[in-house]
Amino acid sequence: MKFALGRRMLLTMAAPVTAILFALVTSSIVLLASGSNPVAAFGDMVGHASKLETMVDIFNRATPLFIAGIAAAIGFRMNLFNIGVEGQYLLAGLVAAHVGSLFLLPPVIHFMFIMIVAMTVGGAYAGFAGVLKVTRGVNEVISTIMLNAIAISGLVAYLIRVWQAGDAIQGGVGRVGTTPIPESGLLPNLNGLLEIVTREVRQGKELTGMLIVAILVGVGYQVLVNRTRFGFDLRASGINPFAAQVGGVAPKRMVVIAMILSGAVAGLVGLPEVNSLGFFAANPIQGLGFTGIAVALLGRNHTAGIFVSALIFAFLDISSGVLQFTGAASREIVVIMQGVIILAAVVAYEVARRAREREEARAAAAALVEAPA
Amino acid sequence: MTWFKDAPPWLRWTAYAAFGVLILTIVQSLDDTNQLTSASSSQSMLRWGVPILLAGLGGLFSERAGVVNIGLEGMMILGTWFGAWGGVTFGPWWGIALGVLGGVLGGLLHAIATITFGVDHIISGVAINILAPGIARFLASEIFTGIPGGSITQSPRVPGVGNITFAFLAGGNFGAWKSPNLLGWIAEKDWFFVSDLASLGLGMVSRVSHMTLLALALVPFTGWLMWRTRFGLRLRICGERPEAGESQGINVYRYKYIGVLISGALAGLAGAFIASPELSGIYLQGQTNGRGFIGMAALIFGNWRPFGVLGGALLFGYPFGIGLRDLSGAASHSLVLVNAIGLAGVAIWALTRGKRTDAVLAGVLSAGAALWYFSTQFVPDVWKDVLPFVVVLLVLIFFAQRLRPPAADGLRYRKGET
Amino acid sequence: MAPAIELRGITKRFPGVVANERVDLTVDEGEIHAICGENGAGKSTLMKILYGMQSADEGTMKIFGDEVHFTSPTDAIALGIGMVHQHFMLADQLTVLENVILGAEPTKSLGRIDFDKAHEHLKHVGDAYGLDVHPGDLVEDLEVGERQRVEIIKVLYRGAKVLILDEPTAVLVPQEVEELFRNIRELKAAGSTILFIDHKLDEVLEIADTITVLRQGRTVATVKPNKVSARDLAELMVGSELPTPATTESTVTDEVALDVVAVSVVDDERVVVEDVSFQVHKGEVVGIAGVEGNGQSELVDAIIGTRAVSAGKIVLLGVDVAPTSVRDRRERGLAYIPQDRHREGLLLPAPLWENAALGHQTRPPYSKGFWIDREGARKQTELIRKEFDVRTPGVDVPAHALSGGNQQKLIVGREMTSNPAVLVAEHPTRGIDVGAQAAVWEDIKAARAAGLATLLVSADLEELIGLSDTIVVMLRGRVTATVDPATVTPRDLGAYMTGAAEAGAA
Repeated sequence: MKFALGRRMLLTMAAPVTAILFALVTSSIVLLASGSNPVAAFGDMVGHASKLETMVDIFNRATPLFIAGIAAAIGFRMNLFNIGVEGQYLLAGLVAAHVGSLFLLPPVIHFMFIMIVAMTVGGAYAGFAGVLKVTRGVNEVISTIMLNAIAISGLVAYLIRVWQAGDAIQGGVGRVGTTPIPESGLLPNLNGLLEIVTREVRQGKELTGMLIVAILVGVGYQVLVNRTRFGFDLRASGINPFAAQVGGVAPKRMVVIAMILSGAVAGLVGLPEVNSLGFFAANPIQGLGFTGIAVALLGRNHTAGIFVSALIFAFLDISSGVLQFTGAASREIVVIMQGVIILAAVVAYEVARRAREREEARAAAAALVEAPA
Repeated sequence: MTWFKDAPPWLRWTAYAAFGVLILTIVQSLDDTNQLTSASSSQSMLRWGVPILLAGLGGLFSERAGVVNIGLEGMMILGTWFGAWGGVTFGPWWGIALGVLGGVLGGLLHAIATITFGVDHIISGVAINILAPGIARFLASEIFTGIPGGSITQSPRVPGVGNITFAFLAGGNFGAWKSPNLLGWIAEKDWFFVSDLASLGLGMVSRVSHMTLLALALVPFTGWLMWRTRFGLRLRICGERPEAGESQGINVYRYKYIGVLISGALAGLAGAFIASPELSGIYLQGQTNGRGFIGMAALIFGNWRPFGVLGGALLFGYPFGIGLRDLSGAASHSLVLVNAIGLAGVAIWALTRGKRTDAVLAGVLSAGAALWYFSTQFVPDVWKDVLPFVVVLLVLIFFAQRLRPPAADGLRYRKGET
Repeated sequence: MAPAIELRGITKRFPGVVANERVDLTVDEGEIHAICGENGAGKSTLMKILYGMQSADEGTMKIFGDEVHFTSPTDAIALGIGMVHQHFMLADQLTVLENVILGAEPTKSLGRIDFDKAHEHLKHVGDAYGLDVHPGDLVEDLEVGERQRVEIIKVLYRGAKVLILDEPTAVLVPQEVEELFRNIRELKAAGSTILFIDHKLDEVLEIADTITVLRQGRTVATVKPNKVSARDLAELMVGSELPTPATTESTVTDEVALDVVAVSVVDDERVVVEDVSFQVHKGEVVGIAGVEGNGQSELVDAIIGTRAVSAGKIVLLGVDVAPTSVRDRRERGLAYIPQDRHREGLLLPAPLWENAALGHQTRPPYSKGFWIDREGARKQTELIRKEFDVRTPGVDVPAHALSGGNQQKLIVGREMTSNPAVLVAEHPTRGIDVGAQAAVWEDIKAARAAGLATLLVSADLEELIGLSDTIVVMLRGRVTATVDPATVTPRDLGAYMTGAAEAGAA
């Protein structure tokens, strides 16, 4: 190969790095314009993030973002836009937490059971959009947007009131939700593991056990997509559905399966919160699904990329909390940063793709000249 | 029935609408409510329909130029913030102007990403929908928190532009003289169906905001612009076959840019309308609540045509309007039966066309809705929040395959790549 | 008098390729000037430069004696140059009138289109040149020939004096070509200058006043048709005699590999294939002739399994596969060369080895059970690369980096190396250079000799007649004739295809 692998890597890496730098510059300008000192603000954030407890928080946020990113990526790999991760994870988390509180099963099995319920609900809800696409020709972008609204403003809003635990939950405001899940249905935290390599984690922070699940999902995704026949079919359909069909891939079936898989993974997004609270909160963390789409885009649908982007987005989310106390800037600046990063990244990727294609065409043409006629 | 099929479209649609009202009249009598055909319902329908209409028309300009715009929601959010800020700071019409400008900024981002850089339209739209609320929240935290009555999530009261109550129809002033209220008089007579029609009509001609009039005027204007002018033809070729435009020396990029910028402007106007006293009179975080998406749905429902978008906007605005005033829940309950009847209608329609699967599907859904209606007194109050989305989904399920989007809608276009 | 067009030293480079290198071209006013050259010789690029759609990197252009620099087609149109593209530049959902006036709309105040004036002018142009179109029709309802007329009218509507026609005969049958040539001669009589791109030599010799030959992006000669033979032209175009598809002795066996029995296909309530039956034996090539849009491509879809049959059987090696999937048919030994390699043949951004695996990903050497066998796939692709002479720097480069001919060789290679029993080849040499074309023909001939049953669909009648052992003619979804390629001429075949001749048997 004429164009070295290193150059390709460089082109690939250049895009997201440029995007992040661009976001830093833009947000600095915005901060300066609004009379804040960007250096102080970013300094505060980095300083805050370098504390172990904050890092635990960052990983706890990165975990669901990573899972949501994988969920979106499964769709993207097939050129399917599962905009519905948001609705799928909220609905799945709620149902799984409720159903999980009804039974008492042996540890591990109980947790697995909750996971399976969540994946089933998420998969079924997303699969519905897939079925609509292949049988009724309804574009999945529109249908998942509608299903989001139906899930969030309808099903979740209604069911959370029906399944509200009332007095059963100890604690004050903000501790309201479904009936608590028995201990056997929860994963232990990873503090013990973490403390082997660091110091003791204070302030009652707990590193979520769902991190392990997330890593397994990520590895599984990577292997499935890149190494298996199914993954080949999936990617082929995403690149060129007509060629894939001629190549023996049943396109409709693939759409439904990909949506179900994507939704099943999306179903896990809400579990870190359920796991840490022990129940599904009446006011759960929202927006993880949409951010997950951004995470997948920034991470180019690769496990490692999604992992790094999830950490970046989680860092921005969590470390900006300190700005409220230091007053260096408005913490909302990070939401702008996230938006700018993602917009700049997709533009940069497109520019990089064109540059790479030109280079490849040149290399292939050179080979043509050199080859014996 | 051929005379009916040959009738001009406006007459046919008026007939359909009248038939719809007849059904509403019958249904509400079962639930002992008059909400379904009250003047306030039609007034709400119009008010909630306007932002959907504007967003839908915005989508039309963009998609007719070949650019799918799911960033409408984000552009609308920018419109709410800038509209509120402009209104609070400089006065109502400035609010509208700045709301439009906010939307245009969002449109510009989308245009740069999709047209200049060739980014996938959906991806760019998603990115804008993430960025826009961030910008609005940041600006709110910087500016509204410094104004009395404002906070990071909301603005102070936004002033509104004027409104008009039509003379003779709704008893508005004719010059200095207060004219009789004809529709109001009929509406109070309690004549079956006739009074219901009058009452619905009354709501649509009383205290109509100037902005609403503007929005409604945009419907025929858009049709005229798209199908009667040079600009429209050139814009449409960009959505149908951009290479054909290019080969005739048309600057496709420019028309696409114009289309997306107008799209942003209309979404911004929709946002400004939401923040105006017509609907909320305040900027509130999250207040667009997916209306940009419903605008897209209205565009699809309307088959990418302006009057179709209007129909979709009113259809989807209606349940919002009903739900808002339905404290007892009786009207929402009635709407379930309306749904059942609508689905039964779809089933019959499908049968006459020999589409058996559609007929069975619609029939089953219809029966389910009817069962729900007759086995309950009330429906959960979340029902009214999701009804528009359910209706959109049903419409897509039964009619998606009959729709004709512009042929090159959503496709990447690069000059010279033919 | 200055020539209508004078190009000097035109050079145009694309990444990795020089499309035009110091090309000279002189076209006199009022002549029919043919530009000849094989696929990839740079004809289309040159015409796009002349029409302002691309700009040259070097060189000068003079139009009617004045030097010009075009930045967009608008500049070319303003000087009276018009172009009819090979792929029609028409919007299906717009009317004929809208398509014609686009970019040259007569307007009233406020930018309103003056439709009355447009109608009038359109009628005027149509009458003047003897071209008849219906302005209110939607383009999607028109046949290929009618679309071409709309394209020509579109150019004339703008008052073009110089018409560029890019491979106008590619989609037409001989009878339609005659009609087109009549129109072209009328245009010439009316004073127009015609630039005509083609690579069918007999057509060029028939219509042109002057011929310019391009080869690998350069002008190799400008000649008069009465001074050269088709053979001379071929020599100029490719440096040797043109390859011919003709096969040698028959290898047809009596073993049926593919038996199509009374197949009908319904598309959107319209019968597009009706009661079609034929057999393909081992060692036999059966050709399907037909004007595009007469059911051939739907029939092929039904055979490979991407479209359901509404009636009939498709028997592959003794098993009715009509109810089964594409994958099942492929695993039973069905191979397919699609008509549009970019649309149906390749995963353009994916590496070559994944492209080679496509369609065969369920079998060794491309996979081992549940897993993709990357090593096996790469080795197999290397093999294809060597045996089928795919020119590429490696099997890891993406498919889009390859030239059209090499992409096609890769597709042919992957289908041939899967040990197929039946090959369905749809326009297998469309749009590729002569070398690759000859290679594909040789591959098909070799496979035929080895006992492969081939179903060949092609619009290139020479190819069809040369390669086939039997030709089946399809018209409006039905088989209307079965002819012997040994005795039929392209003209006769054209008559069957358009329905001008009634069913004959051979």
